[in-house]
Amino acid sequence: MRIGVLALQGDFHEHLLMLRQAGADTAEVRLPADLDGLDGLIIPGGESTTIGKLAVAYHLMEPLRRFAADRAVWGTCAGAIFLSQDARRDQPLLGLMQMRVIRNAFGRQVESFETDLTVPGLPLKDGKEIPFHAVFIRAPLIETVWGDCQALVTLPDGRIVAARQGKLLATSFHPELTGDDRFHRYFMEMASSK
Amino acid sequence: MEQQVGTFAVKKGLAQMLKGGVIMDVVTPEHARIAEEAGAVAVMALERVPADIRASGGVARMSDPELILKIMDAVSIPVMAKVRIGHFVEAQILEALGVDYIDESEVLTPADEQHHIAKHDFKVPFVCGARNLGEALRRVGEGAAMIRTKGEAGTGDVVEAVRHARQVLGDIRRLQNLPEEEVMAFSKEIGAPYELVLETRRLGRLPVVNFAAGGIATPADAALMMQLGVDGVFVGSGIFKSGDPARRAAAIVKATTHYKDASILAEVSRNLGEPMVGRQISSIPDQDLIAGRGW
Repeated sequence: MRIGVLALQGDFHEHLLMLRQAGADTAEVRLPADLDGLDGLIIPGGESTTIGKLAVAYHLMEPLRRFAADRAVWGTCAGAIFLSQDARRDQPLLGLMQMRVIRNAFGRQVESFETDLTVPGLPLKDGKEIPFHAVFIRAPLIETVWGDCQALVTLPDGRIVAARQGKLLATSFHPELTGDDRFHRYFMEMASSK
Repeated sequence: MEQQVGTFAVKKGLAQMLKGGVIMDVVTPEHARIAEEAGAVAVMALERVPADIRASGGVARMSDPELILKIMDAVSIPVMAKVRIGHFVEAQILEALGVDYIDESEVLTPADEQHHIAKHDFKVPFVCGARNLGEALRRVGEGAAMIRTKGEAGTGDVVEAVRHARQVLGDIRRLQNLPEEEVMAFSKEIGAPYELVLETRRLGRLPVVNFAAGGIATPADAALMMQLGVDGVFVGSGIFKSGDPARRAAAIVKATTHYKDASILAEVSRNLGEPMVGRQISSIPDQDLIAGRGW
């Protein structure tokens, strides 16, 4: 299994390390040709405006949309914003997931936080279901989902922080920062399914 | 589990999100919008860019909070601001304003000649300058969640940034090649906390994100620093002291992403107009150099 990470800007190196830990082959994607031969793609955390502008400048928008038509794509934080149809402001978006996000929904950096989340369907750890420790950095919220897109993880107050639509996955938080590779294995499972 | 704010993981985490990006000095909300439009990952809000601080002399202090707030209102990307070395009250003020990162910076006139700020006590993360591994790890020991080279700010001469990046990265390579029994003497020699020396040796890199700063003025300068092995770049005077800031800013962003692709570097370097007027560091008297501030 070969998974690419969009390496325009952000914490793509952290994703590459987690994928290798989980047993995947990896590739950095900066130009359209880099998508060839990949089974899935991760769009990392970073600044969504920067990633969007670079994707437009290097003609990645349409190739990414075509890639996502039959292969798995996961966006973390900025990547989740980039996958959404609506970020409530004018910036380049792939528009693939039927969801509206609110950028910086929790406030500025001093409000960034860590917490434990219950995530249904993650691989077991030592044979047990245990919470997933999640890091939120100037994080977006998924305000609403519609159509085929479904909420996957919520905070205790019901606000949505992860969603799935077929082979597309979005998380407001950063599993690549925790050392816990269960989310990456979950995504690799998605990428290998027909 | 309750939500925990201000942890070292979230402070360090924001710097991880800035990797592969360019942080630009801006002195007005209009500059900040130009920087964001060009693809900056963050802006540094200040009253004067380092080249002007250098030219005007006098005491350089934290910027007016009114200016910082206006810049925070102007853009959606993170906003950083500078405090004087050791001036923990300026830092308290910036934290109260809600800035996203504080640069405890040698570009401003130091407020304390012996002690830097105790940075673990703050919810807001700090970035600090360093010239070598010992200095970098002393700052991390005090709580810095991000490190940058000092370079020599406001000169447009990249030579000091190269020297400091090579020193930090070279120190790490040397550390990794030491037999274990020599590690304690090495940490004594560089004056760094032993636990952080061990962690750096295990990771093969600094335990926090490491950017280049101080003298970067062209796309090629940015790509040079990236190829040397830093995680991203700060550009201070180099953009808004040049002939066509918007175009140069966008070119430096592209060069930082495609730093290994010489044909893209050649393309983005074309036709950028006048670069900032540089000042050779070897022509500056020792007492006017600022990288020596901090310890």
